[in-house]
Amino acid sequence: MTDWFSMVVYICLFVITISILLLLYRAVVGPSNPDRVVALDTIGINLIAITGLMAILLDTVQLNDIILLIGILTFIATVAVAKFLEKGVVIDQDRD
Amino acid sequence: MLHIYILLPFLAALLIGLVAKKVYRIHTGWFVLPVPVVLFILFISKLPTLAEGKIVQSIANWIPSLDIQLSFYLDGLSMLFSLLITGIGSLVVLYSIYYLSKKEQLVHFYVYLLLFMGSMLGVVLSDNVFVLYTFWEFTSISSFLLIGFWFYRERSTYGAQKSMLVTVFGGLSMLGALILLSIAAETNSIREMIANRSEIIESDLFIPILLLLLIGAFTKSAQFPFHSWLPDAMEAPTPVSAYLHSATMVKAGIYLVARFSLIFSGTDVFFIIVSGVGLITLCLGSILASRQTDLKGILAYSTISQLGMIMTMLGFGNGIATLAAIFHIFNHATFKGSLFMIAGIVDHETGTRDIRRLGGLYTYMPISATLAFFGAFSMAGVPLPIFNGFLSKEMFFDSSLKLEQTIGFAGAFAEWIPLLAVIGSIFTFVYSMYLVFGTFTGKAKLDQLEKKPHEAPIGMLISPLILIGFVVLIGLLPNLINESILAPAVASVTGDLAFTHLAFWHGFDNTPLHMSLVVVAVGTILALTLKRWQPIYNRVPGKFSTDRIYQSIVNGLLHFSSKLTKFYMTGSLRLYTSIILIFLVVSTSIFIYVTDGFKISFDDLAPVTWPEVLVGLVMAVAAIATIWMTQRIAAIIVIGVVGYGLSLLFVFFRAPDLALTQLIVETITVALFLLCFAHLPKLQKSDKKPSEKLVDFVIAVSTGALLTIVAISAHSSKYFESISKYFVDNSYKLGGGDNIVNVILVDFRGLDTLFEIAVLGLAALGIIAMIKYRDKGDMNQ
Repeated sequence: MTDWFSMVVYICLFVITISILLLLYRAVVGPSNPDRVVALDTIGINLIAITGLMAILLDTVQLNDIILLIGILTFIATVAVAKFLEKGVVIDQDRD
Repeated sequence: MLHIYILLPFLAALLIGLVAKKVYRIHTGWFVLPVPVVLFILFISKLPTLAEGKIVQSIANWIPSLDIQLSFYLDGLSMLFSLLITGIGSLVVLYSIYYLSKKEQLVHFYVYLLLFMGSMLGVVLSDNVFVLYTFWEFTSISSFLLIGFWFYRERSTYGAQKSMLVTVFGGLSMLGALILLSIAAETNSIREMIANRSEIIESDLFIPILLLLLIGAFTKSAQFPFHSWLPDAMEAPTPVSAYLHSATMVKAGIYLVARFSLIFSGTDVFFIIVSGVGLITLCLGSILASRQTDLKGILAYSTISQLGMIMTMLGFGNGIATLAAIFHIFNHATFKGSLFMIAGIVDHETGTRDIRRLGGLYTYMPISATLAFFGAFSMAGVPLPIFNGFLSKEMFFDSSLKLEQTIGFAGAFAEWIPLLAVIGSIFTFVYSMYLVFGTFTGKAKLDQLEKKPHEAPIGMLISPLILIGFVVLIGLLPNLINESILAPAVASVTGDLAFTHLAFWHGFDNTPLHMSLVVVAVGTILALTLKRWQPIYNRVPGKFSTDRIYQSIVNGLLHFSSKLTKFYMTGSLRLYTSIILIFLVVSTSIFIYVTDGFKISFDDLAPVTWPEVLVGLVMAVAAIATIWMTQRIAAIIVIGVVGYGLSLLFVFFRAPDLALTQLIVETITVALFLLCFAHLPKLQKSDKKPSEKLVDFVIAVSTGALLTIVAISAHSSKYFESISKYFVDNSYKLGGGDNIVNVILVDFRGLDTLFEIAVLGLAALGIIAMIKYRDKGDMNQ
């Protein structure tokens, strides 16, 4: 890996972590819970990016599973929180 | 041989329940009676052996590795006590047959009584101090059971508890003394300790040994200030009072002092403490006895006082005093046993023991009254040669007078002894007269009695009759038991077999007789005017009574411990957590400070990159921000940032499996929290005071700081290479896998994984149980 290439990866990492920090501001300050949920979801997507960059940096394929997993999990978490905000419960009671 | 003697009562106690179940017609006591009688005869048959100066002994192994053997031996002192235990035991069993009706729980009574008899024999025959202690506690327990025999009465259970607390307190202190003694003398055998006497006296442990041992003896023998349990023990059935609390158990402390006096006597400390406490007990007991209105109460304080007198003489420690003490042990057992039995008869035949309601019983119960006169006159030491009490009392005066010449150092103390002895004896005279004349003479108050009084059945009278027979017989012919029983007993207390001739007449010109006459003269005046000065007792309330001290100690302990417990057991989890954390912080930081454990080294550090720093910063900000969140949902979202940041750190540190697991667990946790939130109220604004918040802050910060310090120190002090290289090298070769983490989890260290699976399974089952059975439980909270 050339120096230039790794330099670019580092810069990308730096930029994305800055973006996480900014998202953190939204998550902490809010003002409403949907704002926080969207912030958390976006943090998850940023995690995917960072993990991908790390995989490039470390020259490994072991982290690819994580990228897929974060994708699924942030989706599930967001849906769960959204449902909670909407209905007050995550899992509906049986209707029998 | 001796093992069988001691075992016999215990065996009988085991069998008595079976026999009593089969035979209803006959009073259970008849089956018990042969046990003490046979033992008494067996002990009598050993008398010639002892008279030759030999001792009987037998040894069996119990715990050889600790040098604890069941070694018993019978010398003069043990013989005297064994004869008292079995002899009076027989009489008491006979008496109890007529005293207790068949409606009582007789099996319980006789089982306790036989247990007591066996353990008391064990106490007086043991040579090994720890065996002695074992039997000593057995007597405490069986006495507790006997006092509480009528357990449905409040006074009985109170008395039983009190005697238990006091005597077990003394017993434990005695155990301490015995342990120290066995350390100082390097043996567990009493006879070997006596042989090593000088080692014990010169050892640093001497004073603690002496004090602890004497506390044991004083509590058991109801000496000042531990005497207050004995009057409360009078709630026991009268045969028990006669047996345990006059003749045998309360003399266990006397036995202990006598047994060890070969080691201690001659030292000033021993003399001052034992004689001093004995004299105080003598005077206090006799003075307090005159204010009692209950017959058994008078007798209880009288027992205390007489025991004090015996203790005083043992404290003197010279030959004549020891003989007097031994003689009085015997005499006291005879007249006090009979007096208790007569008090029981009076109670049994009139329905009351209150002396204010009694009087004029002489015409109704002439035999009992005659017996009571003999017993009480002997107790008072009336100078007539038909009362054995007189002989031993005069010897007491005699020995108290001779003391000044024998002991130089404690002379100032010794000068006052005869005076105190006379004062104690005067009051002894007073309450003795009060006891008999108040009960049996004067006008009968038949209207105040529950039944019409009449003479007791002959079976009840046999036992006191025999005892009074001894009073008179020994009074007339004191040398009858002198050579065979008293002399060997004195020999085993003082160490040399010096035979002293007992005589009841020393001529007019001797001081002890004058002292006796003074006692009779002043005592008569005081007894006649008793009604006039008795109100003084009401003026001097029980402010100084040890009973109150006992009460305040017991109540104070309860109060103190409940206060102490309530101080930290408040039910507040916040407080418990604070205590746990503060303890953790304080103890660990003291440890780090003392061992100088903090180290910091920068040798082995990995390079830090900007992304890592930023992610760390994100996590820190999110963690701190969580505290200020006002809604649960907001808090859980913000803490989710920390979880995601952690998984990112795992990525940075090249731990893909951990990152995977962390992500899944984080998400599931968020989902679980959301599930619960539907059932929880809205997050309340904390109503804690600023000071409480400050405390919480300090605790949290210090805990965090401590853990940081520990982590830094742990990283900075690596003493050896880690074993991870082995896993790296062998994961494919031995485990057949490339993923080292997974090979470790399921192959190298598979057992941990198994049990973590078990933990998850249990947690799942627990959740099911909690949800499914939540409505059926009894828990209110």
